[in-house]
Amino acid sequence: MDFELNEDQIAFSDMARAFAQKEMEPHAAKWDQEQIFPVDVLQKAGELGFCGLYSPEDVGGLGLGRLDSSIIFEQLAMGCTSTTAFITIHNMATWMIADFSNEETRQHWCPDLTAGQKLASYCLTEPNAGSDAASLKTTARKEGDSYVLNGSKIFISGAGATDVLVVMARTGEDGPKGISAFAIDAKAAGISYGRKEEKMGWNSQPTRLITFEDAKIPASCLMGNEGDGFKIAMMGLDGGRINIATCSIGTAQAALNHAIQYMGERKQFGRTLENFQALQFKIATMNTELVAARQMVRLAASKLDHKHADRSTYCAMAKRFATDVGFNVCDEALQIFGGYGYIKEYPLERYVRDSRVHRILEGTNEIMNVIIARRLLLKDAADIL
Amino acid sequence: MKILVAVKRVIDYNVKVRVKADKTNVDLANVKMAMNPFCEIAVEEAVRLKEKGVASEIIVISIGAKQCQEQIRTALALGADRGIHIETEGTPDSLSVAKLLAKVVAEEQPGLVILGKQAIDSDNNQTGQMLAALLDRPQATFASEVVVAADKVSVKREIDGGLQTIEVDLPAIITADLRLNEPRYASLPNIMKAKRKPLDVKTPEELGVVLSNNITLVSVEPPADRKAGIKVSSVAELVDKLKNEAKVLS
Ligand SMILES: Cc1cc2nc3c(=O)[nH]c(=O)nc-3n(C[C@H](O)[C@H](O)[C@H](O)COP(=O)(O)OP(=O)(O)OC[C@H]3O[C@@H](n4cnc5c(N)ncnc54)[C@H](O)[C@@H]3O)c2cc1C
Repeated sequence: MDFELNEDQIAFSDMARAFAQKEMEPHAAKWDQEQIFPVDVLQKAGELGFCGLYSPEDVGGLGLGRLDSSIIFEQLAMGCTSTTAFITIHNMATWMIADFSNEETRQHWCPDLTAGQKLASYCLTEPNAGSDAASLKTTARKEGDSYVLNGSKIFISGAGATDVLVVMARTGEDGPKGISAFAIDAKAAGISYGRKEEKMGWNSQPTRLITFEDAKIPASCLMGNEGDGFKIAMMGLDGGRINIATCSIGTAQAALNHAIQYMGERKQFGRTLENFQALQFKIATMNTELVAARQMVRLAASKLDHKHADRSTYCAMAKRFATDVGFNVCDEALQIFGGYGYIKEYPLERYVRDSRVHRILEGTNEIMNVIIARRLLLKDAADIL
Repeated sequence: MKILVAVKRVIDYNVKVRVKADKTNVDLANVKMAMNPFCEIAVEEAVRLKEKGVASEIIVISIGAKQCQEQIRTALALGADRGIHIETEGTPDSLSVAKLLAKVVAEEQPGLVILGKQAIDSDNNQTGQMLAALLDRPQATFASEVVVAADKVSVKREIDGGLQTIEVDLPAIITADLRLNEPRYASLPNIMKAKRKPLDVKTPEELGVVLSNNITLVSVEPPADRKAGIKVSSVAELVDKLKNEAKVLS
């Protein structure tokens, strides 16, 4: 076992860091304040390979593992949390289409998606089905060579600005087994978008309600077989949780870096802050927990790469831990900045606002605990090592 | 035409430089290293010349410890075709580097050698000039624009107080200044492809060069801490201070 980054991983992360520093960080505050979705930067990211990191090569992806992807996303997140989070969702949805759709649909969407020329959204949550996603009510009724969709999806990242929607809808019985997944043209007739939600953070990407009213789509949009949808949705989320956890790590690292630098500059009581042991201990704890969280995320990514039987449990543990630690580190970094941390001239308050939602979406951290506990309480199952 | 580009591994320009406690050198432990930014500009220029059809092959060379291969790989990912690493212990001085480069130029016969105007670690600004002298070839330093036409190259140079355009015969040596171009990012697929490009490792002995040791580093001092500034109350006071204290206005 080797915990060192290999030569490729170093080269990937160096490039990602340079991109984040030059193309994202200088604009992140403006994107946040003016709610700008930087489609041009997403396209540039696509040109460099960031939009299809773990999608297969035959549709323009890089075929990288989740561990490599996490190392790359972390660097990007240091530049702009919210934009990187969208890039990760786009990667997840793109991978789902590339892995589960038929050849016609794959070739129709994926080359443009992996290149960042088109963008994708993931549509699971409904107004009345959040944590209990398997109770979703949107229906897809088979009619000849088509499906007809009715229902609505809420809080959909990118909605209104994306080109393709991965939609989970009910084709059969109640519960998870009656759900199917579809890759749908976002501009199809019968699909309408609500107003842009006003959010605490994640302001560089739109979040909207989507309504399906007799939206007729070709039957070839079906991903996998009827009834596979919930399984496909959860497989997407295993990786998605690593990605969101990674966005927390990158953001927390940026926050910590700022805090350490500030401690060397700010003077009170005739000394710079770095002289106060209370603050020294604070950054020591922040860094220790951040390193632990990062390793946990990389461990889960590695489990996913190796298709370990308990990969979903590891992904849930990593997501729970890293998003909590990440948020706390951002909050503590803000504290070190004192009043200046609360002012928008510095990025600390944005880090706190942006990383807050990571504890809620792609499964709340309570739901992560539900997943972990369910595994622990499995009778006669092997220990989790 | 072949282009040879020399690149140096230096401390990353984003890193705050720390001096060792005993002042013998800059502390390089736990420090991020990268390609010298001027060398990156040199690589980019070569790649652009290749894209324009002026160059047929780009060879990138770095001299130093094994880790220099990281910077060669970066250059290969940016578009160079093959790499040469001359493995040495420590960092040879400018003249030794120029001698090694001269040997490689003799072997490879490039039409152009492009280097950074200086490395941001030692700031010597002399390797390109020394190489031109050793090879008895024309040099065009501080380039901010390079146009190759048949057997000549026209170079706009950044000089004190303005720009100077000179034309030199090929083969020639060019050193890149900051405004020559803005280097691209290596795409992830190109980073992966760079691994499969050839990289030769040579030693100074194989090239028949004895590294000279003409310079001894005596001591390194950090710059004095900047003193806190003061606030002036009016423009008149500011002008007065600029005239009488700083003496930058007359
Ligand atoms: C900015 C933003 C972007 C989003 N993007 C997307 C997207 O792109 N695609 C998508 O499909 N969804 C998206 N979501 C939706 C997100 O995944 C859901 O909000 C999340 O899953 C929680 O669902 P809910 O909001 O309905 O909360 P609820 O499920 O109503 O939960 C309310 C509270 O109860 C707790 N709770 C619920 N059940 C249990 C239980 N069994 N045990 C203990 N506690 C429980 C929850 O943890 C939470 O604290 C996004 C949300 C936001 C805010």
